[in-house]
Amino acid sequence: MKKERKVDAIKNGTVIDHIPAGKAFKVIEILKIKNTDMISLGMNLPSSKHGSKDILKVENWELSHNEVNKITLVAPGATLSIIREFEISEKYNVKLPPEVSGLIGCPNKKCITNEVESISRFYVESDDGKKMRCHYCERLYPAESLNIG
Amino acid sequence: MKNVISIRDLSREEILHLLDQGEKIEKGELKPDHSETVMSIVFFESSTRTRFSFETAMKRMNGKVITMSGTKGTSVDKGESLGDTLKTVANYSDIMVVRSGLEGTQRYASEIIPIPVINAGDGSNQHPTQCLLDLYSIRKTQGKLDNLSIAVVGDLRYGRAVHSLVYGLSHFSPKLHLISPDFLKIPEYIKTDLEDKNIEIHEGSDLSEVINKVDIMYVTRIQKERFSDLDAYERVKNCYVVSKSMFGDVKSNFKLLHPLPRVDEISTDVDDTKYAYYFQQAKNGVYIRQAIISELLGGSK
Ligand SMILES: [Zn+2]
Repeated sequence: MKKERKVDAIKNGTVIDHIPAGKAFKVIEILKIKNTDMISLGMNLPSSKHGSKDILKVENWELSHNEVNKITLVAPGATLSIIREFEISEKYNVKLPPEVSGLIGCPNKKCITNEVESISRFYVESDDGKKMRCHYCERLYPAESLNIG
Repeated sequence: MKNVISIRDLSREEILHLLDQGEKIEKGELKPDHSETVMSIVFFESSTRTRFSFETAMKRMNGKVITMSGTKGTSVDKGESLGDTLKTVANYSDIMVVRSGLEGTQRYASEIIPIPVINAGDGSNQHPTQCLLDLYSIRKTQGKLDNLSIAVVGDLRYGRAVHSLVYGLSHFSPKLHLISPDFLKIPEYIKTDLEDKNIEIHEGSDLSEVINKVDIMYVTRIQKERFSDLDAYERVKNCYVVSKSMFGDVKSNFKLLHPLPRVDEISTDVDDTKYAYYFQQAKNGVYIRQAIISELLGGSK
């Protein structure tokens, strides 16, 4: 419980913990968190699992399933807690879904998805996100090389 | 089977089934008839060879063919979207053959039109009907497909025939020798896929090191149109030339395959040797395409 106190407790909202150190800003960018949203951010905190980690708390915002999909691509292994009235009402490890539709731009310039708007589908072929396969051009990419958002 | 879009979609059984059907057609044991059927050929990239092969296959089965080859003077040229072109032509036909420079066009086509789609090449990705005719040719010349030693030579980076071939072969425990200049090595993601399937791969750049060891040598053209850097093309275009003088110690069952058209990579003195198989290989394409079309039209169960 000590660790939790390094970033202030929130009343209602979402806590994303165990973000790989340095990736919190990417998570903020992907979630399109605005200047006006109330967030607390802890970076390079000691982590029992990975040495160091980032933690992000967003007040008055419960992340939807689709939003969770997006962050797993940059923060595999993160944990997500939904907070209601200072209590953790839901907590789970974020996990890549078997496929991700609509969120990822294919880096292959000759891929049809870069010609026809709003089609995009990637299959997750390894849990660590190292193998993401485009449904259309069939190429494999590691998650960190994809344009996500 | 609803479409033939990527050889990666086909199981070993499905591949063997299509080869068997092709063989029955070649032997005259099976005579599919599609006299009431219109096949559309929609080639956003122009081609003569593959187009003729599909047209011949359909016409041998009494079917009708409508063709768009290249986009010059077509609605595409006037700015029509790819999706609109596909949907319109689908209204006129019962089965569609598509070639495109954009990878995944046929997968997309299959999602927006109700008729079966055959991929006749998408960019550097796939050319599954070429793969099936290659496998047919390999089986026919070797009497089997399993456990063969196969060299694939030339442009392994951009060559879609090569990409389809190695995925197709991956069902048959081959030993693969991948011979190319460094710049044209097989893409990493395909190597990863082959390694995940425990396929034995040897990469190299010297064709003379492997020619006496292999059952099949599959030579491909270094394709000028795939290069954005023409200097790079000039540097590698003639790095492999197979000639008659290289056959002194090859295996007796050795056969030389090429998806055609060739430029200089196989010298013409090879054509009369017993090792040359590329012209028969092209002929096999008609039987195999008849089998594929029939399968998708539900005609050969
Ligand atoms: Zn793609």
